[in-house]
Amino acid sequence: MSKDNGSSVAYKIFSLVVLIVLAFLFIFPLYWIITGMFKPPAAINSPVPQWFPKEFTMRNITELFSRRTAPLFGEIALRVPGAVRWMINTVFMAVMAMILTCITAAMAGYALAKKRFIGRALLFSLIVAAMALPKQVILVPLVREISSLGLYDNIWAVILPTVGWPFGVFLMKQFSEGIPGEMMEAARIDGASEFRTFTSVVVPMIKPGIGALAIFTFINSWNDYFMQLIMLTSNSNLTISLGIATMQAENSTDFGLIMAGAALAAVPIILVFLLFQKYFTKGITMGAVKG
Amino acid sequence: MSPELRRRETIAGYLFLLPSLIFFIGFVVVPMVMCVVTSFFDANMDLNTPDKFIWFNNYIELWKDPVFLKALKNTFIIVVVSVPFTCIFSLWVASAIYKMREGLLSFFRIVFYLPVVTGSVAVTVVWKWMYNNYYGIFNYVLKNTGIISKNINWLGNPQYALWCIILILLTTSVGQPIVLYVSALSNVDNSLVEASEVDGANNLQVFWRIKWPQIMPTTLYILIITTINSFQCFALIQLLTSGGPNYATETVMYYIYYSAFKLYRFGYGNAMGVILAIFIGILSAIQFRLAREK
Repeated sequence: MSKDNGSSVAYKIFSLVVLIVLAFLFIFPLYWIITGMFKPPAAINSPVPQWFPKEFTMRNITELFSRRTAPLFGEIALRVPGAVRWMINTVFMAVMAMILTCITAAMAGYALAKKRFIGRALLFSLIVAAMALPKQVILVPLVREISSLGLYDNIWAVILPTVGWPFGVFLMKQFSEGIPGEMMEAARIDGASEFRTFTSVVVPMIKPGIGALAIFTFINSWNDYFMQLIMLTSNSNLTISLGIATMQAENSTDFGLIMAGAALAAVPIILVFLLFQKYFTKGITMGAVKG
Repeated sequence: MSPELRRRETIAGYLFLLPSLIFFIGFVVVPMVMCVVTSFFDANMDLNTPDKFIWFNNYIELWKDPVFLKALKNTFIIVVVSVPFTCIFSLWVASAIYKMREGLLSFFRIVFYLPVVTGSVAVTVVWKWMYNNYYGIFNYVLKNTGIISKNINWLGNPQYALWCIILILLTTSVGQPIVLYVSALSNVDNSLVEASEVDGANNLQVFWRIKWPQIMPTTLYILIITTINSFQCFALIQLLTSGGPNYATETVMYYIYYSAFKLYRFGYGNAMGVILAIFIGILSAIQFRLAREK
């Protein structure tokens, strides 16, 4: 700006310094997990911290993968370390939740934005009201419902409720509002069925929205510890977060081992986030109530 | 619209909604109703023993339960401290970074979002190590800078434990508000800003008179999501302190979990859930009102 004076330059430098210090503090826990993973017990259990590991050890990682085994998937005979099975469960859970959420939400969001049907306003208010409710409150009664469906301690017990959460529908409605009506009109005149119109006209237009929702659902489902905690119990059904939590309850002072586990839970999801963060940011901002 | 078209639109609309509605009704609406209904019952987790209808007894018992009252108080402390702090902090960060060039802006946005993406379990276990009485860096740094004279058992001390939890909660809460504020600030109508600068308004006046009213809807949204998040603070407590020492970090959400899944008092837990939902509803309504009046 043209009228920058001395004090505003000083303020800019001051705020940049503060920002850099804050950035350092926000990165530090992650740095501590990753370096901690390679530190030998002597360095971990020392009152004087090693800011950078003096010697690197694979002991924590080997320890993590040498614990209780579980079948690779289902109940098959091939057994793998528990942590591998937890990882497979977590990826399966997050991918299934993502696919199902994107399909159902894209369809519902389109209908709410573009179809003029009876009961639309009422339904939309119900969805918005449900979004303002604390999700964890409904998870307690959900456990009994899931048990009566025979799904308790099954990875689907975590997937299905994630798909039901209405945020995705809301987000997709925001994106579908932008589709010009003439395009759908043109498809209808060409004789395309309702469903064809959806797949060939609507879906290509809301692709960025679907991308945002996909990445959002994937990350949230991966990290939804409370839901995983109350739904899953047996060793071979745990997710990675839950597995690490169980492990730290059993070996609460082996911080090296726990850091290796924490890294295993956090690093893949951070990489996914970094790869797709543009979509993610878009999802957050579009999901906010406008105006 | 002709009745024929209207009918077709309604059928098509519901067909598109059907898959989503099955999940929404089955896994959101039904449990919501169940939560209210079972709060009037003496119910446990066992599906074979019938629930016993006990009117408002769960609710009456709650107001006499010292642990619940303590949990309520702690939850309010968390909300009252973390909501304003999160909003002010993220507004400050957002206004400091939103005019930066794209690469730098992305960098800061990512950094402040990192604790959210890392996941509550990974974040919590590393903080647990940092807070540790003997091997934690907090005691090391504070002792070496002369701020404290001997090691403090941060999480084991009723005086500090809740504040330790709030500190972690703050680092995991600011990510989303910063993203939202950056986007809201860059959407502020620039012609108004320029016009007021020509009229001689200083930066602070431009902010309060021009930008603040325009980002009000975002502020409202952030207030509501931060309030809900703070009320739901759970993983930190379950993994760090289990509500201790001496209930110093007991929160409503943790007590719901404890009653339902450790004591198997299902109806009692749900009564707490209903109260929590009512509190959140009231707070959201108040925030909405305040924002409207401005």
